[in-house]
Amino acid sequence: MKRLKNLLLLLCLILVVFSLNACGNKKDSAQNQSVWQKDKSTNTITWGVKADTRLFGLMDVKSGQIRGFDIDMAKAITKKVLGKSGHAKFVQVTSKTRIPLLKNKNIDAIIATMTITPDREKIVDFSQIYFAAGQSLMVKKGSQIKNIKDLNKDGTTVLAVKGSTSAVNVKKYAPKAKVLELEDYAQAFTALKSGQGEALTTDNGILFGIASENPAYHVVGGTFTKEPYGIAFDKGQGKMRNKVNAAITEMRRDGTYQKLLQKWFGNVAGFDLKEASQQ
Amino acid sequence: MISVFQQHGQELLVGFGNTLLCSVIALFFSLIIGSTFAIFEAVPSRFLHIIGRVYIEVFRNIPLLVIGMFFYAVVPQYIVSIDGFTAGTIGLTLYTSAFIAETVRAGIQAVDEGQMEGARANGLTFMQAMRHIILPQAFRYVIPPLGNQFINMVKNSSVLAFVAGFDLMYQGDMIASTTFDTFNTYIAVGILYLVITLPLSYYMRYLEKKMD
Repeated sequence: MKRLKNLLLLLCLILVVFSLNACGNKKDSAQNQSVWQKDKSTNTITWGVKADTRLFGLMDVKSGQIRGFDIDMAKAITKKVLGKSGHAKFVQVTSKTRIPLLKNKNIDAIIATMTITPDREKIVDFSQIYFAAGQSLMVKKGSQIKNIKDLNKDGTTVLAVKGSTSAVNVKKYAPKAKVLELEDYAQAFTALKSGQGEALTTDNGILFGIASENPAYHVVGGTFTKEPYGIAFDKGQGKMRNKVNAAITEMRRDGTYQKLLQKWFGNVAGFDLKEASQQ
Repeated sequence: MISVFQQHGQELLVGFGNTLLCSVIALFFSLIIGSTFAIFEAVPSRFLHIIGRVYIEVFRNIPLLVIGMFFYAVVPQYIVSIDGFTAGTIGLTLYTSAFIAETVRAGIQAVDEGQMEGARANGLTFMQAMRHIILPQAFRYVIPPLGNQFINMVKNSSVLAFVAGFDLMYQGDMIASTTFDTFNTYIAVGILYLVITLPLSYYMRYLEKKMD
């Protein structure tokens, strides 16, 4: 009798799991209102942004606000799309959480140093390129490692961030190196400092941001991949994407875009502004 | 969900193995360390008493994540180079041992004082009395709460994911971020945790019955 009861309990559990599974797969039939309609009626766009990435999106502890190139872009785009009174709301995301948050409609769009890749294009739609980054390496000054080839040895460890393209790229360009993936850039950099790996890898813009605050470390080897950043939208939000694309094109034409790029990257030593503004 | 197991079985298996290994190591050492500090608290020595108290209060009242990050980021910088798995396992062991010490101490206190007096009157030393008379009775009292601690410990081992310890949660994060199938991946990870915790839970219950 006891055994029967246990078996029944287990069956119930499995049933619950599978029914959860079913509602996970069902495509939001109830919430079919488009993002564009919702944003127009509330006059607000909710952006998913990074808050741990210097130059792109970094929490300013004193004012409690996030500042960076991505933030200024989002604000400018909001003004172009919704008019002068348009309001931009920011939600912190990480490389790991941004797609799930977009899919469950907590955010309307992602502008968070997100590379356009074929794999991601199957899941989300991207705007045009708004920043042409490339992956690079950061090491402690005086390190033996000069470029990605130096990492392709047994026993070297490279640090990356979960959910980013950089980990996948390292496995391609330096298959012998071991890759450790951490939660965010702050933790990955801490791990580099405490010697958990020889190099930290991600996009050059982010690395320059970290290096500018930590003079004992520098960016080496130039870029070895092309990482074009795009703004991501959920599938089926074509109207919203067209509006944002038009806004970016206009910003490139009227000089707002160049001004923002100059504001954030103009003073970064070794940074190629021309390369970054490629379309 | 089944496709997650089919396509990423290898990674999940590695994660499962590491979680299990970390849990077994932490269980063994936290039981030893925890019991030691529990005895410290029972010994009639003010010095040992204070050491036990400080150890328990420090490790019981700092979040596990902080302890884990300390061993991962700070210890290698200044003391000795250890990897994420080791750092996480040490953190988990120390954290859990503080709770086990509190649990075992409660068990020792629940044993009637007359037992110790009787044992001492019959010529046993304090440590002999502890080992043969008090502890066997104390452990019998604390099996149910001890079981809770062990189950919590297995779940807490997910702290390894934050220090790149290649455990179940780390692999789950990895699979979720490459396949974007967050939902099914975390369900699969949850089921694998159940595979460890449910038998543990039933075993503790069995022990409890056997003791009665």
